[in-house]
This record gives sequence, structure tokens and C-alpha cells, in this order.
Amino acid sequence: MTDIEAPEVARTEGEFTVRQRSQTRMVLRRFVRHRAAMISLVVFVLIVLWAFVGPHLWHYSYQKFTPDNSQPPSWKHPFGTDSSGYDGYAQVMRGTQTSLKIALMIGLGSTLVGSVWGAVAGFYRGLVDTMLMRIADLVLTLPLLAIALVISSRSGGSWYWIAIVIAGLTWAYVARVVRSSVLSLREKEFVEAARALGSSDTRIIFRHLLPNALGPIIVNATVLVATGILTETALSFLGFGVQPPDTSLGLLVAQAQTAVDTRPWLFYIPGAFIIAIALTVNFIGDGLRDAFDPRQQRVRQ
Amino acid sequence: MTDTVLEVADLAVEFPTEDGTVRAVRGVGYRLGRGEALGIVGESGSGKSVTALAVMGLLPATARIRGSVRFDGEELLGLSDARLSEVRGKGIAMVFQDPMTSLNPVYAVGYQIAETLLRHNPGMKARAARERAIELLGAVGIPSPERRVDAYPHEMSGGMRQRVVIAIAMANDPDVIIADEPTTALDVTVQAQVLDALETARAETGAALVLITHDLGVVAGHTDRVAVMYAGRMVETGSVEDIFYTPRMPYTLGLLGSLPRLDREEARLTPITGSPPSLLHLPPGCPFTPRCPLARDACLSAEPPLRPAGAEGHLSACHFSEELVGTGAEEVFETAGADSEALARFADAAPLNTPEEGTV
Amino acid sequence: MLAYTVRRILVSLPILIASTFIVFLVVVNSGDPVANFATSRQPAPSKAAVAAFARHIHADQPAVERYWNWITGILHGDFGPSVQTNLDIGHDLFTRFRVTVTLLAAAMVLALVLAVLFGVFSAVRQYSAADYSITFVGFLFLAMPVFWFAVLLKQAGIWLNEATGSQFLGTIGEKSPYLEVDTPWNQFTDHVGHLVLPTITLALVSFASWTRYTRASMLEVLGSDYVRLARAKGLRRYTVMTRHALRTALIPLTTVTALDIASLLGGAVVTETIFQWHGMGEMLVQAAQTVDVYRLMAWLLLSAVVVIAFNLIADLLYAVLDPRIRYD
Repeated sequence: MTDIEAPEVARTEGEFTVRQRSQTRMVLRRFVRHRAAMISLVVFVLIVLWAFVGPHLWHYSYQKFTPDNSQPPSWKHPFGTDSSGYDGYAQVMRGTQTSLKIALMIGLGSTLVGSVWGAVAGFYRGLVDTMLMRIADLVLTLPLLAIALVISSRSGGSWYWIAIVIAGLTWAYVARVVRSSVLSLREKEFVEAARALGSSDTRIIFRHLLPNALGPIIVNATVLVATGILTETALSFLGFGVQPPDTSLGLLVAQAQTAVDTRPWLFYIPGAFIIAIALTVNFIGDGLRDAFDPRQQRVRQ
Repeated sequence: MTDTVLEVADLAVEFPTEDGTVRAVRGVGYRLGRGEALGIVGESGSGKSVTALAVMGLLPATARIRGSVRFDGEELLGLSDARLSEVRGKGIAMVFQDPMTSLNPVYAVGYQIAETLLRHNPGMKARAARERAIELLGAVGIPSPERRVDAYPHEMSGGMRQRVVIAIAMANDPDVIIADEPTTALDVTVQAQVLDALETARAETGAALVLITHDLGVVAGHTDRVAVMYAGRMVETGSVEDIFYTPRMPYTLGLLGSLPRLDREEARLTPITGSPPSLLHLPPGCPFTPRCPLARDACLSAEPPLRPAGAEGHLSACHFSEELVGTGAEEVFETAGADSEALARFADAAPLNTPEEGTV
Repeated sequence: MLAYTVRRILVSLPILIASTFIVFLVVVNSGDPVANFATSRQPAPSKAAVAAFARHIHADQPAVERYWNWITGILHGDFGPSVQTNLDIGHDLFTRFRVTVTLLAAAMVLALVLAVLFGVFSAVRQYSAADYSITFVGFLFLAMPVFWFAVLLKQAGIWLNEATGSQFLGTIGEKSPYLEVDTPWNQFTDHVGHLVLPTITLALVSFASWTRYTRASMLEVLGSDYVRLARAKGLRRYTVMTRHALRTALIPLTTVTALDIASLLGGAVVTETIFQWHGMGEMLVQAAQTVDVYRLMAWLLLSAVVVIAFNLIADLLYAVLDPRIRYD
């Protein structure tokens, strides 16, 4: 009897991982074919590198002002300067860095918390599910910007607090999505098979359910990064987010509000960066969505 | 000839895709006489559904269609959608495969039947259409039609929904009804009811029937002539008797042999090994070659044309169809295959216990 | 359906209470209005004045007791004391609510109409140049920060006014402080003039996401079996498009629209701030800056009620439009 069992176990485990490996390759291949997503990925990575590595290579600091006030873009100051003489290039780099840090942390944090929350709720169902999802629904009824606004007064402008505040509200959305994924996945045969082989609940959730729900999770993570950056910049714009002397893209736009006509570079450049980041992240998310769900057949014209 | 209600000639359909051009239909032709029933048989991917959709003009806009489809003498290919919509539902009606998704979920079934009546009978009043819808529901065997007429599709079973679709098809006394795998998605017990409804539809309207299916059993009892399709072409056509008793193409032979038959006791099943070819990159020659036990060099170089073989009206596309005269599937195909392999694996895996006397 | 509605409303009450309680605790701990009061005035107020202020806004009571008093006070219309001593929170709230509602309604209608037009067009002409452009523009709008676009539009409005010499497009406030000729018609056109730019701003993001949604829904429906059967019945293209495709595709859109109210509220806050409307947005920002606990709670209570109400409307709409959904 034992002769039959052992090969079965190895084969089943092997089957799961082999299937996943080739699936990952297929997903990657489909993603690469999505031109907009690939271009966006490249642009996004470039922006991230520029924002984090750039300041070390640039001779002006965002914190020290130069004697050149209100200069339009030039070779010396590629993004111009503002009325106090701060170098626009350094400021936009720093602002992008801060906004990116916050947005990425929001994406990561709320995805992690929300995924586990939703997976546990969807897996156990019953009372656990009801309780967990009631809390999530509660959080979802709170208007994001309003609550973030209210809570941020305590944050003192530190970027991780802002990220925590926003992530503390957006995780509920992820939880909803993951829960519905898990609800449909748990009925599939491989869960029964894993259970028959004696896997513990934790193992089933983390080794089998979550990896298979990875598609929607990853796509939603990109949506959250985009939401994150738009929310943070809005918060900073209203004065409730990042505070001076640190800067964020939202703060830069706020400071340039009245200068749209007179010193347009102060207004348009930070705005363009916000748009660029949100746009590329959204395209990447779209490419991922197509890569994970190839139901639509693209017909060549 | 003047009795021909539908004539398809040299029909070819291609779909451009990311991976290349899929040639779904590669030269199909048939003649349907008034009141006649033609069965089109083939595996998934043989092109049988695409042929039907091409006749109705329901293929996606990206499809490239060549050839000719004449309904009552009028050429349908190339007609404007407005003109075609006059023919659809009135001259030629269609029944689709999946009854669970064929009906619009937000309208009552009676409404969806009345819709086609009102479309093709401009003078008809709404009340008369509703009465007629109730009549039609009764004709296809739906109990309490006067109550059911206001029911929504989700309140009905699959078999009943399919019968509603048949009622819609027969509503305007069409000359041709095309049924694309009407029973494939249904349980066997329900299949009979649906096929009965189809028979009623034919009897009441006098329509010719094109019955598309992969189920030879369905074809046997409900059609006069049969066409077998493979890889986008017809590979054998003839009367039901011709096809079932004197098949002259190895594929047909294989299909028949893979059917469990109650009337032939010792006969073993002869599954056809392999799978249908990809329609993207068809090699030259006969597409059945990789799976054909009669395959020879000639088969690789030239695709056999559909030629007369035997009785009048019996055509087959095989270079060596004469060799098949009087043979049965087991003589051409391997029968051993499946069960001895399984037996061998089973024997290796566990020690065989001889039951002791007295135990069950 | 009536029973279902009543049940939903009854179930919402404990949710509302739980949600407002948690928010109350958060708000109370998010800042110190008493300290603000003590440090923000010149000359600095006396200790007695500070103590009186603290008593006035109940800062001397424990949070749970404050919450209890507040929620029971709401039941007979008392919204509590504001940091601004003469402000009647309730009255102020509802005046501002009326202002914001016009903006919200106009933006929703505009976004919905445009989303249906562009979404359907995009779906019907899939893969065409128009489709790609609409999709790209949609992506662009989704990535655009509302505040940035609002400032841009405001500038454009000013520039347009100067170029045409008219003052139609109001960029400051929801109406002019006084009208030369004060007739109802002039009042109306004045309102409309001030409504144009903020509405376009607020409709922007919703329009982008609803268009994508409509397009996806329409594409799915257009590829469905029942649309194919409708065509096979011989129905004319236009009939199939409207009676079968559109009707079914728009069902989920109505619920998405209703559920997006929360994000619209957030967008309204930003939009009103930039166009200097005296609506809910300004109220929230002011109250947050001064940590005006009761004013904030009034705002959040109203927004919670609105969100819950719209969620209920979304579910009810779904049941009305889709016969497969029935509540008992």
C-alpha cells in the first residue's frame, strides 16, 4: 500500500509546482507582448531610479536655495527655480522620491494586510468571515480622502505615517477582492486534494490559495499604488500630507497654484510627473490583467 | 435541382489571429433540398459551426469569407446586414448550442418569441403575437404554456430553454432550420425531448434541417443525409445508410468504430489516436494522415478531392477509398490500445489478491 | 422588496453607530483643539478662558461619554459645539450640503452620460483608432490628479473670460456675491456659470473609470450568445444594439455609479477648495485644520449616511433592473 502512496504525494506536489512554473512563464510572455505595459514598465523603473539615485548625482540639494530666483528652465537649472531660489530639478526629484516611497508602501502594505485578511475570511467562511468582512465593510464606508485628512494632523508629515494612514483605509478593498477569489478557489479540486493529503489550514491558505489568487492580487496592488500616489498628492496639496521642509509632488503643485501663468514650469512639471507615475502604473496593471486573464483574443487587423 | 433550398459552394473562412491565419473552413459545399434533413458531423475544430455561422452571416467582422451561399437562388454572401436580417429568422432560422446563455436574461421568454414574430410580420398586433407565442410554446412541448409565456429564462431548465429557442426558430415558418449542436450541452434524457421538439418544428413548418453535431447517434435517427467534416473540409458525404454501413473514408470508419454499439456484441471500440490538426499551419496533403492507419506517401503530398465512391450521391475524400469497401473499423484501426496498457499498470502497482472462498 | 429595504436600513443603524464611534475615537485623538486655542490667538487667552473653552467643547469629558452625548444629541438635532463659538453646526452643515449636492448631481449626470456615449462607441468600434484614443484619454484622466486639473481649468476659465470679455464662467465660489440685476433667471444662469468648471473637474475621474467599465460590459454583452441569437432572429442591428445589448450592459453600470459616491465626495472636497465654494469641502478642511471635533463628526456622519444610502440604492436598482436578482 505504501508503494502507491509515496509516488502519488511527490507527483501531486510536483504537479502543483510544475504547473505554476509554466504558468508564470506564460504570464510573463503575455505581459511582454503588451506594448503599452512594457513601455510603461521601463518608464516607471527609470523614474524610480532617477528619483532615488538622481539626488546623489546632482549638485543642488532640494533644501538649499540658490541665488537664482524664479528662473525658467535652463542648462543650469533644468526645471527652473522658484521664488525662493530652490532648484526645481532637485525639488521635483525629492518630491517624486517622497511620493513614490509613500505610494509603494501603500501598495505593499494594504496588499499584504488585505490579502491575508480576505483569504482567511474566504477560507473559513461562517462567523469568521462575517466578522472580518463586517469590519472591512465598515472601513469601506469611510471616505478615503476625508478620513485621511482628519487623521493626518497627527502624522507630523512623516512619510511612513501618511502611508500607514492611507493604507489603513485601502486594505479593505483588497480584502474584498481576495475574499471573492478565495471563495471560488476553495471549491476547486486541488484544495480537496491538499486537504486529503493532510495539509494544515495555514499551509492551504499560503501555499495553495493565495498563489492561485495572485493574478487579481497583483493587478489590484498596481491600482493601489496609483490610488496611493493620487491620494497622497491630494493630501499634500491641501496641506495635510507631507510638510515643509520635506517636499512631495502634491506640495510642489500647491505652491505653484498662483504661478500657472507667470512661472508655468513650477506647475506643469510636478503635475506631469504625477500623471506619468499614475499612468505607467495603471498601464502596467492593465498589462498584468491581460497577462493573467487571456480570455480576450486579440485579432490582428 | 429546383428543389434545392440552400446551396453552399466552395465556402472558405479564414480568421487572422496574433499567431497567424486560421483557416477554419477550406472549401465546403453542399446542397439542401426542401424538407430534407442533413447531418453535419465532426470533432471540435472541424469547422462545422463556422460553416453554419457563415451561412447566417453571423461571423465576426474580422472573418474573411469566400465562396457562395445561395438561399432560394439568392446569393447571401456580400449582402448588406439590413437585407440579411430579412432572411434571418424568417427564411433561415438557427438554434444554438448552449441554452443557458442563448436567451436574454432580462426579458420574458414569451417576449423573446413575440419579438421575432413582430419583426417579420409588420401587420401583426402585440396581442396576436403573444397568442401565437403561447401556441408555439405548446407545440414544442412546454407544459402550461399560457403561464410559462411570462416566465424568465432563469426560471426554466436547460431543456425547456432550448425548446423555447426552437419555438423562436419555427415561429416564422422558415424554409431552413440550422441546429448547431442543439443537444450537446444537455443531459441524455433531455436530449430526446429537444430532438422531438426539433422534429415537431420540421413537421409543422416543412423546413429543411441542417443538424450539426459530433454525436453520430443523434444523426442516425434524425437525418436523411450525412456530411462528415474534418479539418475544415468535408471528407465524406452520402445518405445515412451509405455512411453508417459502407463508409469509404478512414476517419468515418474510425468515428463509427469509436461508438459503443449494442447491436454488435464482440466488437471492441476503436478509438482514433492523436488529435485534430492545428488549422494555423496545415501541412500539404491529407490532414488526417498522422492519425490514419492507411496512410502512405501519396497522402502526404496531395489532399484527396471529394470523389464519388460507391452508390449515387456517396462521395469520399480518400486516395484509397476502394480499399475500404466491405471493411469494418476493427480491421483498419487498432483495438488493443487502451485496456491492456491500463491492466499492465494496475498489475505492477498492487499485488493481486485471489479472493478466498466464501468472501465476496 | 419593501421588507428587504426596511431590513437593510435597520441593519445599517448599528453599522453607522459602530463606524461613527470608531471615527469619533480617532478624531478625538487626532489633535488637541484646546492647545490650538491656547496658542493661536494674540494676545494669548487666560487660563480661565482656556478652561472655559475646554468645557465648552467638552474636552474635559472622557471620550465615551462625549460620544454618547453627541449621538443622543443628534437624535434631537443638536450637533454639538464648534470651536467657532457662534457656529450652529447643524444649520451650517445642511446649507453647505445643498451647495455640494448640486455639484455632485451635476458631475454624476455629466460623467454618466459621457461614459455611456464613449463607452458604447468604443465597444462597438473595438480596435479602431477612435477606440484606442478614447481608451488612452481615459487612462490619462484616471492618472490625472483632480487638484492639478482643477487649477488648470480655473486658469483656462479666467483666460477664456478675458478673451471673450464675458464673465459667464465663474471661477470663484458657487455664485456671485451680488448680481447687478437680481432676477430668478439671472440667479439661475449665474449658478450655472459657476457650476460649469467645477462640474467638469469633478466628472473627470468618474467619467474615465465609468467609460472603461461601460466598454468592458458592452464588449462582454456584444459577444454573448443571446445577442447572437437576437441577430439570428433577424432583428435589425439598431434593435439588437439598444434593446438587447445596451439594456443588459448598463445594468451593472448603474450600481457602479452609485457605489462610486464615496470617491466623488473626496473629489468634491478638493474641487470645492480650489474653486472656493462654500460647501462641504470647505467645511471639512476648516474643521480638520482646527481639529473641530463636533464639526468633523457632523461631516463624517452625513457622508456615512450618504454612502450607506447609495449602497442600498445600488442594490435595489440591481434588483429592479435584473429579473434574476430578487430579494425576499
